Parts: sequence; structure tokens; C-alpha cells
Amino acid sequence: MTRPMRTMPTAPPKPRPADENLAAALGPEVLRSWLRDMLLIREFEVRTMQAYQNRQIGGFCHVYIGQEAVAVGCTAAVNRNDPIVTAYRDHGHALARGLEPRFAMAEMFGRIGGCAKGKGGSMHFFDVPNHMYGGHGIVGAQTPLGTGLAFATKYEDEVINGGSSSRVTLCFLGDGALNQGAFHEALNLASVLDIPVIFVVENNGYSMGTSITRGTSMGHDITTKAIGYGMESAVIEGMDVMDVYNGMKPMVDACRAASRPAFVEIRTYRFKGHSMSDPRKYRTKDEEAKFEAEDPIDKLADYMMSEHGLSEDEYKSLTKSVRTEVREAVKWAEQSPPPDLDELYTDVYVERWGPYLGTSPPPMMQERSERRP
Amino acid sequence: MANLTLVQAINLALTQEMEDDERVILLGEDVGKNGGVFRATEGLHKRFGPGRVVDTPLAESGIIGTAIGLAMGGLRPVPEIQFEGFLGPAYDQICTHAARFRTRTRGALTVPLTIRVPVGGGIHAPELHSDSPESIYAHTPGLKVVMPASPYDAKGLLVSAIRDPDPVIFFEPKRIYRAFREEVPEDEYTVPIGSARVVAEGSDITMISWGASVIQCMNAVEAASASIELIDLRTIYPIDTPTIVESVKKTGRVVIVHEAPRTCGLGAELATQIMEHCFLHLEAPIQRVTGFDTVMPYYKLELEYLPDAQRIGEAVEQVAAY
Repeated sequence: MTRPMRTMPTAPPKPRPADENLAAALGPEVLRSWLRDMLLIREFEVRTMQAYQNRQIGGFCHVYIGQEAVAVGCTAAVNRNDPIVTAYRDHGHALARGLEPRFAMAEMFGRIGGCAKGKGGSMHFFDVPNHMYGGHGIVGAQTPLGTGLAFATKYEDEVINGGSSSRVTLCFLGDGALNQGAFHEALNLASVLDIPVIFVVENNGYSMGTSITRGTSMGHDITTKAIGYGMESAVIEGMDVMDVYNGMKPMVDACRAASRPAFVEIRTYRFKGHSMSDPRKYRTKDEEAKFEAEDPIDKLADYMMSEHGLSEDEYKSLTKSVRTEVREAVKWAEQSPPPDLDELYTDVYVERWGPYLGTSPPPMMQERSERRP
Repeated sequence: MANLTLVQAINLALTQEMEDDERVILLGEDVGKNGGVFRATEGLHKRFGPGRVVDTPLAESGIIGTAIGLAMGGLRPVPEIQFEGFLGPAYDQICTHAARFRTRTRGALTVPLTIRVPVGGGIHAPELHSDSPESIYAHTPGLKVVMPASPYDAKGLLVSAIRDPDPVIFFEPKRIYRAFREEVPEDEYTVPIGSARVVAEGSDITMISWGASVIQCMNAVEAASASIELIDLRTIYPIDTPTIVESVKKTGRVVIVHEAPRTCGLGAELATQIMEHCFLHLEAPIQRVTGFDTVMPYYKLELEYLPDAQRIGEAVEQVAAY
């Protein structure tokens, strides 16, 4: 006896057309700030690649080039006190949220001036004053953190302050995270507990070197994942920041109003490899060229030129100011000193040196600290 | 004062901390309506409501990950994991997130999280429901690990754990949840994390244990002719080294008793620390009475696996006679 065929959706749902161009209505000043933010991320990443090749950055490094419209469009769609959390390709989100480039660069250089005083590195940017809760290295493991952060805002608003839930958390993840167990647990929890979190999947098509069609069931339409968890979902084209904003804003508003989780797929592309040491054998040059022609920065610049009279000179001066800012950030990071040896034992526990060691550093470290010039 | 079992003392600590601090939130599988698998949270759902005592789906990684997010957001979550074996699915969240955020953010983010977990054998349950994984977590910098052996300590340590700004794994020895009662003050008090308790003073032998094994040790101490100083570690990490060192310098002989398998058990670390600090005071090789390097057996062999008064007594005789 043959088993009955499973019913499969035949075609992916169409990207939800925006009822109106919400982004355009924000006016040229806002759009210009988005253009600047995207240029800043791009320039920051170009310098990051240079610094990595100069061996100023240790370990591994994942740049955000090509995906700028996602971080900028999404953060524009939420309030400044709405928490965000993301995975290891985190430079763009942190900068879009307002982390100063010099603190970000110094962090990758392992210097004391870094946003985590040189203890976190490229994958672990944190910026608590700007409600940016990392930067996480284990794929998918940040998803329950997103549920928890949103649960905390809801609890504070409803249980402690006796009001109604007012904040939305954006939990970014890559398409590779869809296959991790933690992702599914987090979505289920968010749904049964009515948590105001939006799971934003930045679908760049590849989980390191494995394409989504090879590694993910229903990879042609990942919003099917949301159906099982009873969530609203949307597909958004991620190569245009205005599309991102237009798609995200109604989702954010709905999530905030109803305190219900949602799932968003943003289709994007990373122009560079997974990390700095990726030979990119899994994709073709033609494919890369096709997406590079969709550069989100060019798109917004073109729009600004045709709709708001942005001149070539103005655009050049914008590019130049960003270049200067990032060059100064690199210089600042280079001049920031490395952490002292005694930093090894600080902030492991609330106690200064860790309780196991009592109140003083272990003798070996004291001696080394004294020997250091 | 009330005459309480260990599980009642835990319930009292949770009740009082929830009354004192509205940032304290409980979550876990069946902690709400059902009062928890061992009924440790009995009555709290009714008293504080479903907003603060949250029944979650069966999903340990999701529960602990969510609890860490709650802690990052400024709350003091106290999730319950039903059995120590179920920490496995949550291991990633505990060890890559909770333990490391203070360091990774240089103190900008802390994780004031208390994970309550019933631990150990002796209730006729199979493996995963009878294990003793404390040294795995003691070996993870950034975590504090606690295991009370009495109702008084359970209440005082749980209050300390909930108020501690660092993540605490709070192991509750399920074998003695209801084994005996003790006077427990209803007034507020704390037992500091990182301090051991001298259960019985003695001059010939130092015996170190924690969790349900402390009760077996107390029986052995009563039966022995030697004068034994029994130390209940209470906190697995950070280890109260000074209390141990002071005792061993006095006695020169040591027996360490734990349920966990022998190799790389906490006893190995304690023996090393004693050697580092008291080498010239030692009169005999340190003896370990432990579980075996095997998977925890099902109930017909359970009592063979767990350290008992007879095995402890033999170790005592050996160190005394050396």
C-alpha cells in the first residue's frame, strides 16, 4: 500500500504589497539618514576586511556587505527602546542602532576601548544603552533570548507597571538558524505565551556553504515555519531599504498592538563570503553579479537623486564624511591600549577576582602584571 | 519557626522572595497549575497568578534561553528543570550564554538567574532522573553551583541565589526532599554562597560531602569510633577552600564522599586543593567514596551505586589505620 502524498503548498506566498509607500512619506531627511547609515556600514566593513587582512583583527570575521538595507530598514521600523538581538554577523545591526564605529572597531582589535573592552570580539557586539543585546556566536541560540527579552518588556509593562505591553523585540537570525532546535522552541514559547517579538530571518540563501534548498525543508517558502506556530508572517524583499521599512512597519505596529509574535522573511544576499576565509565554491560568479547589480545603497541613492534632487556632489560629500569617520575610528582603535592582564579575572563573577581566588589575583598574574612595562 | 521538610523550605523561600521582589518570576514545565513535578512550587500559581508563575511547554533549551533573556531584560527569573538529566538540552544556553555574558560584555549585562534542578539518586528512578552532574557546571567559569543538604540551608541558600547577580545552578537533592524535618525560621535570613558548614566537629578525620550523601555521612560519623569532622560543602562552586584547609590541618586525614562518578568528580579537585594547601599535614592518602564510572543504574542496583554507611565506614577505617 502506498502512503498518501503529503499536501505541499505549490507556490510561495507573494511578498505582501505595501498598502502605501510609508518610507517615501517619511521625507528626504529620514531617507538621507538611512543612506548615510548604509554607507557607514559599508565603509566600516570595507575597512574591517582591510584590517583583518592586516592581521589587526583576530579570529574570525563575518561582514555584512550587501545586507545593509535589512538592519537599517528594520531598526527604523521600531522605537529606540525596543530591544534587538542578533547572531554573529552583527556589525550592521550595532551600527544601525547607534554604536559608535570607533568602539566597534576597537572591539574587533581586542582593545580596552571596545564596546566590551576587547573581551567579546566581532561576533559579540553588545550595546546595552542602545538596547542592542548582542551579537551571538552559536547559530540559532539567540532565538530564545529574543523571546525572553520580549517577555521581560511585556512583564515589566503588564505585571510591574500594571499597564499594557508597549514594546516590540526584533530577534534577527539567519536562514541557517531555521534548522536549529532552539529556534523551534523559541517560536512555540513566544506563541503560547503571547510574546511581542518578531523573528526576522535574514535569508541570504546560504547557511555558511550550504544553500537553503539543500539544507532546509520547505526552503523555497520558509514562512511555512510560522504556520505551525500560529504566527502572522510576511516576505520582504531585502535589497531595497524602502521595501524593508514598508514591509516591517505594519508588522511591528501589529505586534505592538496585539502582543503577538510574528515571523518575517527578508530576502537578501551577502556579497562577500560567510567569513573572511570562505572560497565561495558553492555559488557562481553569475549569481554574485546578479545580486551586486541590486546594491541597496545604489538603489536608495538613485531614488534620492531622482525624487529629492540629491546631487552628485552631495552624494560624494556624504561618502567622504563617512570615510573620514571610519578612518578616524580605525586610528582611534589602533591607539586604544590592549587590556591589562588583570582583566582576565574581572567580570567573570560579580566579585572582583572571582570567589574561588579570594580577593586578590593569583600570584602568577600579579608577577606578570608587575613585569609588564 | 516552622518544622519543615527541604521541599517545604524551598517553597517558603520562593514565596517570600516573590512577595519581596516583583521582578522574581517562576517558569518551567508544570510549575504552575500542577505545582511542579516534586510539588516545590505548590500553591504559588494560585497565590501570584499565571503572569508570575508561568507554565511553559516542554522545551528545556527554550525555557532556559527565555529565562536568560528575561534576566538580560532586568528580571530575576527562577526556572525549574524537572530532573538534572534534562539539563542536557539546555546546556548550550547555560554554558554559552548565562555563564559568559558578564565577561563577554565586561559587566554591562549580568544574568541574575537561578535554575532550580532536583538532583541525584535514591528515589528508584532510572538514569537521567538520578544523575549527579554537578562537576560539569562547577567546571564552567561564570556559574555558581549550590547544593543544600538541609531544610535550613535550602531556604537560606535559595534566597541568596535569587538575589545573586550571577547565574546559579541550584541543585536540590531529591532523595531528601521529604526525608526529615528541621526548624526553619519564617523570618528572612540568608546562607551565603561559597561557605561550607561544619556539621560535626572532630579531631581525627575530615569528611567532606554534599547533597543527600551528607545524610549517609552523618550515619557513618555516628557509627565510627574515630572523631570525625564532617563538612557539608553546601556550595559546589566557589569552593570554600579555607574551611576545608583549616579542618585538614587539624586532622591530617581525609575522606571525600560524593554520588557522582569517580573520575573528574569534584572529589578529585578537592583532593588536589588539599594537597596544594596541606601537603605536610597529611598523615594518610585521601580516600574517595563515590559513585562508579558508569551510567547510573536502575533501582535494583541503585543502592549498590550510591555511597552508603558501610563503604564510608571502610574508608574511615583505612585512613585511620594508615
